[in-house]
Amino acid sequence: MLKIENLHVKLEEEDKQILKGLSLEVPAGQVHAIMGPNGSGKSTLSYVLSGRDGYEVTEGSATLDGESLLDMEPEERAAAGLFLAFQYPVEIPGVGNMTFLRTAVNAQRKARGEEELSSGDFLKLVRTKAAELQISPDMLKRPVNVGFSGGEKKRNEILQMAMLAPRMCIMDETDSGLDVDAMRLVSDGVNALRSPERSFLVITHYQRLLNHIQPDVVHIMANGRIVKSGGPELALQVEQQGYGDLLAEVG
Amino acid sequence: MTATIDLEVREGVDRETVETVQNMGSYKYGWETEIEMDYAPKGLNEDIVRLISQKNNEPEWMLEWRLEAYRRWLTMTEPKWAMLNYPEIDYQDQFYYARPKSMEVKPKSLDEVDPKLLATYEKLGIPLKEQMILAGVEGASPSPAMDMAIAATEGRRVAVDAVFDSVSVGTTFKEELAQAGVIFCSISEAIREHPELVKKYLGSVVPQSDNFFATLNSAVFSDGSFVYVPKGVKCPMELSTYFRINAENTGQFERTLIIADKGSYVSYLEGCTAPKRDTNQLHAAVVEIVVLEDAEVKYSTVQNWFPGDEEGKGGIYNFVTKRADCREARAKVMWTQVETGSAITWKYPSCILRGDESQGEFYSIAIANNMQQADTGTKMIHLGRNTRSRIVSKGISAGKAQNTYRGLVTMHPRATNSRNYTQCDSLLIGDQCGAHTVPYIEVKNTSSRVEHEATTSKVDDDQLFYCRQRGMDEEEAVALVVNGFCREVLQALPMEFAMEAQSLVAISLEGSVG
Ligand SMILES: Nc1ncnc2c1ncn2[C@@H]1O[C@H](COP(=O)(O)OP(=O)(O)OP(=O)(O)O)[C@@H](O)[C@H]1O
Ligand SMILES: [Mg+2]
Repeated sequence: MLKIENLHVKLEEEDKQILKGLSLEVPAGQVHAIMGPNGSGKSTLSYVLSGRDGYEVTEGSATLDGESLLDMEPEERAAAGLFLAFQYPVEIPGVGNMTFLRTAVNAQRKARGEEELSSGDFLKLVRTKAAELQISPDMLKRPVNVGFSGGEKKRNEILQMAMLAPRMCIMDETDSGLDVDAMRLVSDGVNALRSPERSFLVITHYQRLLNHIQPDVVHIMANGRIVKSGGPELALQVEQQGYGDLLAEVG
Repeated sequence: MTATIDLEVREGVDRETVETVQNMGSYKYGWETEIEMDYAPKGLNEDIVRLISQKNNEPEWMLEWRLEAYRRWLTMTEPKWAMLNYPEIDYQDQFYYARPKSMEVKPKSLDEVDPKLLATYEKLGIPLKEQMILAGVEGASPSPAMDMAIAATEGRRVAVDAVFDSVSVGTTFKEELAQAGVIFCSISEAIREHPELVKKYLGSVVPQSDNFFATLNSAVFSDGSFVYVPKGVKCPMELSTYFRINAENTGQFERTLIIADKGSYVSYLEGCTAPKRDTNQLHAAVVEIVVLEDAEVKYSTVQNWFPGDEEGKGGIYNFVTKRADCREARAKVMWTQVETGSAITWKYPSCILRGDESQGEFYSIAIANNMQQADTGTKMIHLGRNTRSRIVSKGISAGKAQNTYRGLVTMHPRATNSRNYTQCDSLLIGDQCGAHTVPYIEVKNTSSRVEHEATTSKVDDDQLFYCRQRGMDEEEAVALVVNGFCREVLQALPMEFAMEAQSLVAISLEGSVG
């Protein structure tokens, strides 16, 4: 599904290298977790994959089912099935959450040459998904993320993910700021989406999330590279011992 | 239940915007109607003024009024204080009257109107048949949300006065309005049929000598709309005028007079379009509104004159004087404008809050893209006690455009305990455009309060990226974010207009990114 090879990325504006030869492969149907110290480049990776401005790829490649992501516009990547749940969801004043969702869903369908969702079908779908995530009708009506609590914003990201049904879901610290119940809701939401055709890349600092969403592989990222990969036990090790020993071990 | 319907209506509206953006080219009203016209000779002199008066079969007093204005105008000079740059206008190098030949004998009903004219309005999406209007945007695809939108607006009909170049083509729903006592007709007809009302109120809000452009208008106005709502009457439907400039090289000077008698209510809409041409055309309109005790008038404009091309060639020069006089206690007026067109906009819809406890509101979206220049705002003149005013202005600049908000708030000594709140937000798209805010505030008593808030921001890259990550292309993303920025004003518009305005916002910004 997602294949990243030897990715080198620097900031466009300054001479600062952030990703330094990162390689990673997430096969279809799998859940991979990325853990790593603050500033190791996890969010940068998610932004580069989704096409945000401000970064320059100096070397390496990233493909989604063999198609190079790096040459596509952000909206083309989205239509190809790449979704990013933002670490810091963006507020859009004056634009109703529902309007935003509907516009996004139909934009993607249109880009893929599919029929637009009728408003009836859309409403039915959004109400069901919102109820599952305990997102109130009021929140659907309010402007996108404006005045939402931290946890509400994160749940809203998952609602968008559920509505857009992407193939490749990247979640950047979706668990940060969630209370115990919200964590369960979000995990249930993600688990419901798990399928042989869909993959997840879950960026997190806490092993806790991985109790709910069982990962197939856990990667440790440091200083712009994946330095170690392993099974779920790797997350437990991080939780118990921190990164010190792990990083010393790999040099 | 009401709440959900409301929600779904709004959703439907917003979605149309996005669809419309995708389905439309740039200025979509740029075609012209090929029709035989009668022109007055080029240029301006007393004979032209007489000719216009004669073409309209006006009584002597009206001609005198015009001539007085004309003589006054000769002594005046064009105002230059606005932040607008344009070549000298040659007032002798244009026509002041253009009428379709087929309108020489005034048709008695719409059935008699030249089919070409009817087709023009049909193509513009303006309902000249006396029917329920269903949806404001043409090609709106029927969908459950739309059905609900229609259901929610059911029973809302709009009476239309259609003005084509210098003449009113026809007015719909006249009889039904007459039953309610409402007079809705062209101003030329009102001058003939209701001289007592016209004599009493014409020029009573915007005097003949008010300013250069208003005085010119007083001399040469050819047609426009007239509304009288009698005491205690809530006008049974929305009234609207659609102005279409078609003839080349012809100035358009309409004059609108609205009188809301004690305790009455009316909502009035104004729309304007013009063909694409590479020469500039002058438009100098005057709108006067008289609001008596406890009456309320809502006046909404979607100004979509041709803005000129990307290089700034062509487009309408729009010099407009609009003023409402809340003449008696508790009178209320609300101006809402969406200004997307015109090469030059010079326009300050104002409220004179004369009656105690009278209220004035001004909601504005002004978009300037490419080489457009807009200098627009409002004046709130507080004369009565406990008067209230509210100004919400949203200016959007893109391309190389310049957008100025110019506003005056005055609290006179007698206007004790009065309040004004002004919110003035500017949004910049790209780095070659400009936004300017010029507020004038005068408070001449100690118990009144004026609040002014202003912000200037750039379209936020993070917002655009967020939208694009969800699948919208850049223009769609900009349209969505800008519509959000304008929401407060869009919501002040009547439903049908809100839909049109939303898509206009998007269309006007085409090519502003990337
Ligand atoms: N636009 C930028 N300008 C300057 N430095 C940047 C920029 N973007 C990223 N960086 C730097 O790159 C490094 C990686 O940042 P990134 O946000 O990817 O880290 P992260 O692994 O997601 O951290 P966290 O766990 O705290 O979220 C940091 O040192 C950060 O300061
Ligand atoms: Mg991060």
